[in-house]
Amino acid sequence: MARALINLPSTARPGEVIEIKTLIQHPMETGFRPGPNGQMLPRDIITRFVCSYDDAEIFVADLHPAIAANPFLTFTTVATASGTLRFTWSGDNGFVQTETRTLTVA
Amino acid sequence: MSETMPFRPSRREAVALGAGAAALLALRPARATPETMRAAIRELVGDAPLREGRMHLDVPPLVENGNSVAVTVTVDSPMTPADHVRRIVLFNEKNPLPQVASFQLGPRAGRAVVATRVRLADTQRVTAIAEMSDGSFRQTGAEVIVTLAACVEG
Repeated sequence: MARALINLPSTARPGEVIEIKTLIQHPMETGFRPGPNGQMLPRDIITRFVCSYDDAEIFVADLHPAIAANPFLTFTTVATASGTLRFTWSGDNGFVQTETRTLTVA
Repeated sequence: MSETMPFRPSRREAVALGAGAAALLALRPARATPETMRAAIRELVGDAPLREGRMHLDVPPLVENGNSVAVTVTVDSPMTPADHVRRIVLFNEKNPLPQVASFQLGPRAGRAVVATRVRLADTQRVTAIAEMSDGSFRQTGAEVIVTLAACVEG
């Protein structure tokens, strides 16, 4: 399991725009870098990040090798109702990691 | 004559080694160019016109380390169901690939702001394209001077 950091407020007022910051530990090997033996290191990156809020996808990111190691993403959403936010990163070599956070809207 | 014969294959080997080294050099990754970036943008937008303005690409003008460059894209949009940003796509000119990232947003985003950290292999222009809900496209860009390039060559 890669270490993932997710920063969002635990409570919000209805209709408030909240900022969500996510960071996950991952080398994001580009596939364009030679290794010690002179051969190119195979590509190993996270290709997709999805954030869903009560099963509705609110933010999707498609990533390419030009994203820095330990991909950091910041985006916003409108706090509509109390619920669960699900964060999923997926990528090369079958990499999948899901984290969930709860948000209380009152 | 017969004494020089064993010498010749080793000379050929030397030539073959040289050719092998040249082939290895040629294997180094090709870089994107402003033309390939334009082609990648055209693949996204088709023939639609790219309007400038009402969006901002925030990136430091001078970065020391191209391995991690903070990029923020802000689009001036009310983000209502009728008028919102569908997608924000980032491109670069001189990395091995012109694509950087593509973000899908919607009216539930509330604000059209995304931030990430990218790799830049050289001093170059970074371009952001926004696809609006009415199918139109906007673009903006910024020049970045990179003193230490992201390690493309190891």
